[in-house]
Amino acid sequence: MNAITEHNALTEPGAAGFLHRFEGLRARLPGRDLPWLQSLREAGAASFREQGFPTRRVEAWKYTDLGPLKEAGFGEALTPVDSAIPLPRAAAPRRVVFIDGRFSPELSDPDAPVRSLARHLDEVEGLLGSVARHEGVPLAALNTALFEDGALIDLAPGEDGGVVELLSVVRADRPVALHPRHLVRLAPGAKLVLIERAWGHGESRYLHSPVLEFQVAADAHVTHARLQQEGPAGIHLSTVFATVAEKGTYDSFLLHAGARLARAEAYVTLAGAFSAAHLNGAQLVGDGQHADCTTFLDHAAPDCPSRQTVKTVLAGRSRGVFQGKIHVHQIAQRTDGYQMNQALLLSEQAEIDSKPQLEIYADDVKCSHGATVGALDETQLFYLRSRGIPEAEARSMLIEAFLLDAVETVENEVARAALSEAVSGWWQRMAA
Amino acid sequence: MPAVTETIDTVAAVTSGTYKYGFETEIEMEFAPKGLNEDIVRFISAKKNEPDWLLAWRLKAFAMWKTMEEPHWPAVSYPQIDYQDAYYYAAPVKKQGPRSLDEVDPELLRTYEKLGIPLKEQAILAGVEGAGESPAEGRMPIAVDAVFDSVSVATSYKERLGKEGIIFCSISEAVQEHPELVRQYLGSVVPQGDNFFAALNSAVFTDGSFVYIPKGVRCPMELSTYFRINAKSTGQFERTLIIADEGATVSYLEGCTAPMRDENQLHAAVVELVALDDASIKYSTVQNWYPGDENGVGGIYNFVTKRGACRGKRSKISWTQVETGSSITWKYPSCILQGDDSVGEFYSVAITNNRQQADTGTKMIHIGRNTRSTIVSKGISAGKGQNTYRGLVKILPKASGARNFTQCDSLLIGDQCGAHTVPYIENRCISAKVEHEATTSRIAEDQLFYCRQRGLSEEDAVGLIVNGFCREVLKELPMEFAVEAQKLLQISLEGSVG
Repeated sequence: MNAITEHNALTEPGAAGFLHRFEGLRARLPGRDLPWLQSLREAGAASFREQGFPTRRVEAWKYTDLGPLKEAGFGEALTPVDSAIPLPRAAAPRRVVFIDGRFSPELSDPDAPVRSLARHLDEVEGLLGSVARHEGVPLAALNTALFEDGALIDLAPGEDGGVVELLSVVRADRPVALHPRHLVRLAPGAKLVLIERAWGHGESRYLHSPVLEFQVAADAHVTHARLQQEGPAGIHLSTVFATVAEKGTYDSFLLHAGARLARAEAYVTLAGAFSAAHLNGAQLVGDGQHADCTTFLDHAAPDCPSRQTVKTVLAGRSRGVFQGKIHVHQIAQRTDGYQMNQALLLSEQAEIDSKPQLEIYADDVKCSHGATVGALDETQLFYLRSRGIPEAEARSMLIEAFLLDAVETVENEVARAALSEAVSGWWQRMAA
Repeated sequence: MPAVTETIDTVAAVTSGTYKYGFETEIEMEFAPKGLNEDIVRFISAKKNEPDWLLAWRLKAFAMWKTMEEPHWPAVSYPQIDYQDAYYYAAPVKKQGPRSLDEVDPELLRTYEKLGIPLKEQAILAGVEGAGESPAEGRMPIAVDAVFDSVSVATSYKERLGKEGIIFCSISEAVQEHPELVRQYLGSVVPQGDNFFAALNSAVFTDGSFVYIPKGVRCPMELSTYFRINAKSTGQFERTLIIADEGATVSYLEGCTAPMRDENQLHAAVVELVALDDASIKYSTVQNWYPGDENGVGGIYNFVTKRGACRGKRSKISWTQVETGSSITWKYPSCILQGDDSVGEFYSVAITNNRQQADTGTKMIHIGRNTRSTIVSKGISAGKGQNTYRGLVKILPKASGARNFTQCDSLLIGDQCGAHTVPYIENRCISAKVEHEATTSRIAEDQLFYCRQRGLSEEDAVGLIVNGFCREVLKELPMEFAVEAQKLLQISLEGSVG
């Protein structure tokens, strides 16, 4: 096992370290015998080499500094899987589990419509990388070069995939870097509720950088609930790409509750008329944490509605970032876009940076955005206090209400329950 | 102000392919050699007989500029500017101190006549002493400083203002007469190295207005600067500095025009405002530089840095702008709210028609306690225009009780134009409250129908609706300009409907 220990060692920090790892691993990464995949990985590596990790001079990274990532070295998670680690309680009746980025058949429900990407790469030529792009998204380029495994969900026309939990467990007992790649394709009329959960177990620093590609065909509907519950020293950098055809829906909810540094990017294209997108979320940012929710919504077809409500609560010395861009192409007449971003500051040392953005090239549109930032409303607090509720409890009620209000937008009950539980759990830990 | 009255006709003329101010005055001019280097900076400084400290200040700015890169983040596109292919100094040849109208270059007088500044004021503008300090029939007197290419040609009502202790003159004059004030405040709000265009301006600025309102004085009349780019291949780099001492109040208005040419000319101005305790500055702009023709040929690049510092407690700075001209507008009049309880305001209407591009907005930096800011921005895009609102609200940790309200609305007329909104909100203070709302839509069919049903033509109906859309901003303009600006808006959109 010399080779494994060799690559399990820390690499040099920064982009060069990751590129060297790619050089060292390219012959052993899954799909090495597929020429199309080899050239895709090479293209990813070349693109990442050219772009490097984004710096704060890049407009989209103005508020999030990847310094902690650039300064540290990370090893490869190649050691054998020890399936004895404790798992969180399942959020859905059917669950598939990835440990350190690799599919774990023994921990996964065989009835779930999820397979290991690494074992079915021969099926995904033309699909893998068709929704993602590398330009301007160096982390996606790096993921293409280095991905080891991931979920493959491919639903047939009219198929109902039901509710599935996709749990990614990271054993944070050593500094590893993971780049899972998940592919989700819904054929016309298919349905799926995916609860994607990132769970860190351990105190070590690590990098978990998944890329998800969603291809949503006509009349297909996907609900994508995301629970980011990484370990306290973890770095979570995820990127979602989705394209939605006519009358299809991509309905997502992002919950940031863990990690030392977390950024979730979503690039969603409404490509067919009457397609819809919801990009909701809540960010729970405690002392020492940095959370970032960045979305790019492309209205590339007429008659599409989109909705976005993102709420952030900040406690201790923390920083929250929201960046939401809606781009309405000239063809996208009768677009109805709405974006709301609210932040609640609970501490003197917290900082919130918010940048909602509209870029509109069509004239028959109705687009609006709103943003509010502030502390708890004194009049609401007074109302509760005057009815005999102690201050601490009143505050707690208002904060929980603020957050759960965002979670209410999730229609699926199982997904909503999982999110609500995570929100309440976070707040109870904070309040304690 | 006549120049504003005329602006209406001007814009009417633009839409039908002729820009009223598109004439060029044939006047004896003095140029510095083309290009930009240290010698030019020295030349300008020497020409203006400047003290050594100012030359050193300019040279430092020039050294900084050389190391800086032109910013490309605004949502505007234009061909690479060749900074060596322009004149950095152009001035009408001035005979020593004209004592009567006859001594003033008749071409210069004719220019002001064409610009609609009445004869009596022309006499004053041309610096003729005793030409009458009483206001023309029943109008509010307005003191005007006229800047022609690189230099200020005249300032009116100086004497009357002088009685109140108010200094209103060109900045070159201020350098000679009040060096201590200039030295204390110049660059204190916009330092030389602030940005690429501010550095360029600091190195080569040629003239501009200087205003000082002493303690407790409420300026008895509107102050105004009238900017005119005339000569070919020149850039205009004016520098305005307004200081309101404790308890002082002033309202200032600027207007601008340029000849119609198929080349692009650069206007890179810097405006600095300083408000001390309890002082209040209201700065209004009606910007009507030549916007280029309907194919986007020619026009002014208006790349301007405007910033006000509310240094004193309870001070207030209010920016109001109506931006109808320029082929490209790129400016963010800002407020640094340093003093406790200080107030910043930004009211803006920006219209882009044909191929005009505007990237404009504001920055409100809250530093002091209980500082308040209001931003109201109305963008109107028509034709192939691109209109961007870009604004920053930043609340620092010590700005407890800070409050901001921002509203930016965009109106789209036609399916070839674009409207963009890019607000940045950065809050580091728990007790601060920030609210932002933005909408983008086209003119509602039902509103249009309602007006049409009552017999209004489509253009009149659009005009009415647009004016309603901009009302919150227009009402901030000094009264007589507000009336003119309303008409201006309507005309600027002519040809964009139907």
